Amino acid sequence: MNNQTTTTPLNFLNHQTGLWSWLTSTDHKRIGLLYMYSIVTFFLVAAVLGLLMKIEKSAPGETIMTAQTYNALFTLHGIIMIFIVVIPGLAAVFGNIFLPIMIGAKDVAFPKLNLFSFYLFLTGAGLGLYSQFANGHSPDTGWTFYVPYSAEASSNVVIALTAAFTLGFASILTGLNFIVTIHTMRAPGMSWFRMPLFPWSLYATAWIQLLATPVVGITLLMVIAERTLHVGFFDPKLGGDPVLYQHLFWIYSHPAVYVMILPAMGVVTEIFPTFSQKPVFGYVPIALSSLAIALVGYFVWGHHMFTSGMSYESRWFFSLLTFLVAIPSAIKVFNWLSTMYGGSVDLQPPLLYAISFIFLFTIGGFTGLTLGSVATDIQVHNTDFVVAHFHYIIFGGMGFGFFAGIHYWFPKIYGKLYSIRWANIGWGILFTGFNLLYFPMFIMGIQGMPRRYFDYDPKFQLGQTISTIGAIILFTGLITMISNLIYHAYKGATAPANPWHGVTLEWQIPSPPPHENFDEIPVITRGPYVFDNPHTTK
Amino acid sequence: MTTMFSGASNLAEGVDRAFIFIFSVAFIFIIAIVALIFYILIHFSRKKNKNPQQFSGNTTLEIIWTVIPVIIVLIMFYFGWAGFAPMRKVPADAMPIKVIGRMWVWSFDYGNGKISKDLVVPLNKDIKLNLYSEDVNHGFFVPAFRVKEDVIPGYNNYMWFRAISKGTYDIFCTEYCGLAHSGMTGKVIVLDNADFDKWFADLKVSDNTVHPGLAIIKQNACLTCHSLDGTKIIGPSFKGIWGSKRIVVTAQGEKEMEGNDEYIRRSILDPNADVVKGFNKGLMQSYKEVLKAEDIDKIVDYFKTAGGQK
Ligand code: HEC
Ligand SMILES: [Cu+2]
Repeated sequence: MNNQTTTTPLNFLNHQTGLWSWLTSTDHKRIGLLYMYSIVTFFLVAAVLGLLMKIEKSAPGETIMTAQTYNALFTLHGIIMIFIVVIPGLAAVFGNIFLPIMIGAKDVAFPKLNLFSFYLFLTGAGLGLYSQFANGHSPDTGWTFYVPYSAEASSNVVIALTAAFTLGFASILTGLNFIVTIHTMRAPGMSWFRMPLFPWSLYATAWIQLLATPVVGITLLMVIAERTLHVGFFDPKLGGDPVLYQHLFWIYSHPAVYVMILPAMGVVTEIFPTFSQKPVFGYVPIALSSLAIALVGYFVWGHHMFTSGMSYESRWFFSLLTFLVAIPSAIKVFNWLSTMYGGSVDLQPPLLYAISFIFLFTIGGFTGLTLGSVATDIQVHNTDFVVAHFHYIIFGGMGFGFFAGIHYWFPKIYGKLYSIRWANIGWGILFTGFNLLYFPMFIMGIQGMPRRYFDYDPKFQLGQTISTIGAIILFTGLITMISNLIYHAYKGATAPANPWHGVTLEWQIPSPPPHENFDEIPVITRGPYVFDNPHTTK
Repeated sequence: MTTMFSGASNLAEGVDRAFIFIFSVAFIFIIAIVALIFYILIHFSRKKNKNPQQFSGNTTLEIIWTVIPVIIVLIMFYFGWAGFAPMRKVPADAMPIKVIGRMWVWSFDYGNGKISKDLVVPLNKDIKLNLYSEDVNHGFFVPAFRVKEDVIPGYNNYMWFRAISKGTYDIFCTEYCGLAHSGMTGKVIVLDNADFDKWFADLKVSDNTVHPGLAIIKQNACLTCHSLDGTKIIGPSFKGIWGSKRIVVTAQGEKEMEGNDEYIRRSILDPNADVVKGFNKGLMQSYKEVLKAEDIDKIVDYFKTAGGQK
């Protein structure tokens, strides 16, 4: 298809210059990049905290920090990663940059609101960090803030919940913006089932955000009422119920897991057809399974609490539903594999990351079933097994989905090519480090190694040390990958408009895209994944 | 220190059966998926396959790969449930032991003032543990027995098991409970009947009467920040506070005060007026609204007569 170099001199990156033009821009692509730079910065900070924790655990006893510091680090690591990086992450970055383009629109429905959401996000992030240090207190509650322990730091918990709510509100507004954009701004001819699948996943995600985040608000109000009016909701000293807090926390935080993973699924769904030059297999099942996940995902939060003393019947109910919520994910995996099957498969870095996503996500999924089954959950709940499981899902899923996305869309965003060789090397280091870091934690968890442990029994030494080595390798891989991208964003060769021969709309406009995306809004006459002229030369 | 994997209680078999089933299925699927990926990458590589087929779906396949996973997960659910159900059916004649979790020690109350720091149980006898927390949430976990349940203040959580093999097994706390969470470990010791009876007869009746002041200190989680044994946590230790010289920082500068009745009252009611040197202001909140006057009297008396001594 069109292989000519089409970098126009004026595009969204350079049509206005200066910091101020970025900070006040309502261009969805610029806002997406603002999110990306902030989120990547937070990610690196929290990753360093994780690395330090792993180094501490390389041997039993105190190695490089005290227990107090360790407890503070895992709290901060969790809060930054979950609330600031992973929940908003993919939707805010790639959703903002590509949703309007992929549905043939010039921007989102409410561009100013979009910019406002970004600043709300920054405010929430700032509050989140402040909550951990306010009142001279060092953070040590864990990102879950379970009462009554967290009640010792009650004023900080109020700030932290306010932060979570602010961040949640920012993503509600983004979600609302996306929902309206998708409903009203699709290009002429783009019926629902002609919409690409990444926008579909964003649509399902936006609904979860919209419906789940208010629960955080309610919890916040209850905590404030308890602290100021001494109404006992959660604190047993005031006649409250600590388990009620856990319910409310997970009613929000479990659906939040799908907020993290659904957009990543959407990203890889775009990548498989492009690099196979073959239509998506099972378009409708993939689109509907996103909605199914969003729906059933509301009713499984109790699987975080199988040991909390919940009633016999509720353990039964939550276990059964947890098993069922796995089905739509399995359907997606089979459809992705079938998309590649029979294609002309070109193993470029984005596909490498997307395939790793399938592998890591499948391991995360099966270990998730181990946690959904009550008997086995009793053994591995609150052990390293859980930590490994959610890193396979969140880092192996959302993280690798993000890496796949950035390697896929980088030439489009910056109009530059990165080094394929260094991208592959970075992937190799990262993937090896990842599995060395997290896999041993499954085994240690089954053997009984609890999580959030500063110190441990020497019998876990071998697994812990391997895990530390993995962490160092993983970190090296991250640095390699990111350096390659940053260097080539400045120095890379000019990218053509469509380097991977994709067929969705973002590949039909110049790289980088012009300020308002399309000179003329395209008219859509067929589905998104039709390859008339498959490209099969290297 | 035996066994990492082999179960040592009657409940382990059901749990392990669920593990084995889930992991076997996982193993087969993951191997199959990886094999298929390699097959695709080799057989349908761009070098080899210049004619990508353009099919885009197949309803029969979709039905197959929906129905088969549903059946498989339902079987998994069944195994998980079958392994768990007996954990909730405590035999009527099980021997009750009260487990007390407090920051950061376990103790085991056998009734009549007999309290042990290890959980010693007779072999092949049903044991029911009543889980009781004095402060925050804890989790009682014996990996070798495959049992775990949270220990939550105000909740009457419980668990039961029958130890089926003699030995010593680890207890871990699995609900994060603050500074020394990872030090909140213990041992289960399984003895045969005769040895157990002997151990039990030798177990001294400990003086169970907790000083009412200490009880209040515990209920209000003062021990999150203050230790009783001289360790510095977030605040100074209570050990040796009574009658000693306290160096405090006030608005006017440093000064020396005596650890007496008045000083302790002020420290509790207005903690940020004089701040103990080496510690931070603003951490301890005033307990004016929380503690009654007679509670504070009891705390002062506790320091005077017991906990505040050197
Ligand atoms: C959040 C942590 C925290 C909690 C909970 C807490 N304190 Fe404190 N406490 C401190 C700190 C920090 C100091 C030292 C700074 C100061 O003097 O304010 C202190 C100082 C004190 C002192 C003076 C100690 C000395 O060495 O001179 C007393 C007495 C005291 N606290 C009693 C209590 C009692 C009784 C409770 C429970 C009702 C309690 N504290 C709960 C943090 C705490
Ligand atoms: Cu504990």
